[in-house]
Amino acid sequence: MLNCKQAAALMSQGMDKELGMRQKMSLQMHLMMCSGCRNFRAQMEFLRQGCQKFSRKESK
Amino acid sequence: METEPTVNDELQKEGTLNAALATLHRDMLKFARLQLRDDATAEDAVQEALAAALSNQKSFGNRAQLKTWVFGILKNKIVDIIRERIRSPSASHSVEEISEQAYDDLFNENGFWQDDARPSSWGDPETSFSSQQFWQVFEICLTRLPETTARVFMMREMLGFETDEICKELAISSTNCWVVLHRARMGLRLCLSERWFKSESRDVEL
Repeated sequence: MLNCKQAAALMSQGMDKELGMRQKMSLQMHLMMCSGCRNFRAQMEFLRQGCQKFSRKESK
Repeated sequence: METEPTVNDELQKEGTLNAALATLHRDMLKFARLQLRDDATAEDAVQEALAAALSNQKSFGNRAQLKTWVFGILKNKIVDIIRERIRSPSASHSVEEISEQAYDDLFNENGFWQDDARPSSWGDPETSFSSQQFWQVFEICLTRLPETTARVFMMREMLGFETDEICKELAISSTNCWVVLHRARMGLRLCLSERWFKSESRDVEL
């Protein structure tokens, strides 16, 4: 079973490369049970969105 | 009756244009400095981008806003400079700017979130995008990341580099490269959480 520290690392890694099937499955299992990590995942996506907006915002 | 534009009108027009160009130049420089972290190189990139814009006026047309178009050129220049750095042997970059233990406090001994560190919902964070103050905090948080860490992160998230290319520039293994990105995200997330999403005062001071 993954702990939160490993799950967070995997979620970050997933932003940069496709995770393996096994990694994806253990992450899914963890996320089902862990609201903290679900929030973390949403925040990682928000960061990416923010960065894209930031570099476009500078272009307005 | 038609009136000739007076000298005064002309001067005023020129003043507006100068102010607009000064703002554009300032914003470009700020962006380039953030990405390149080197004032002289950033200034060069901006000058070259402006020169390229002037000599390619035809391709501007009316397709885009001027600033968007010029910034597109600037981004390409920055990417070129970074690619050049990839090719030239560079001093070794520290990938350990943020230590492995930096975020250990967030987790207990079993690797689960500590109660006070467990990520809580940011609500509807997208509403912050329309706040100018939010973007100030965002920039402060980016600037507070250590230099190489921030540069790697922005290459990935703002300039659209693939992780492989970034590793090449820094001559580090892909594992290390990914570790730097992970720590950057952890740092940025904490900073935004503390200074914006959980902050009462929404302090924009450094």
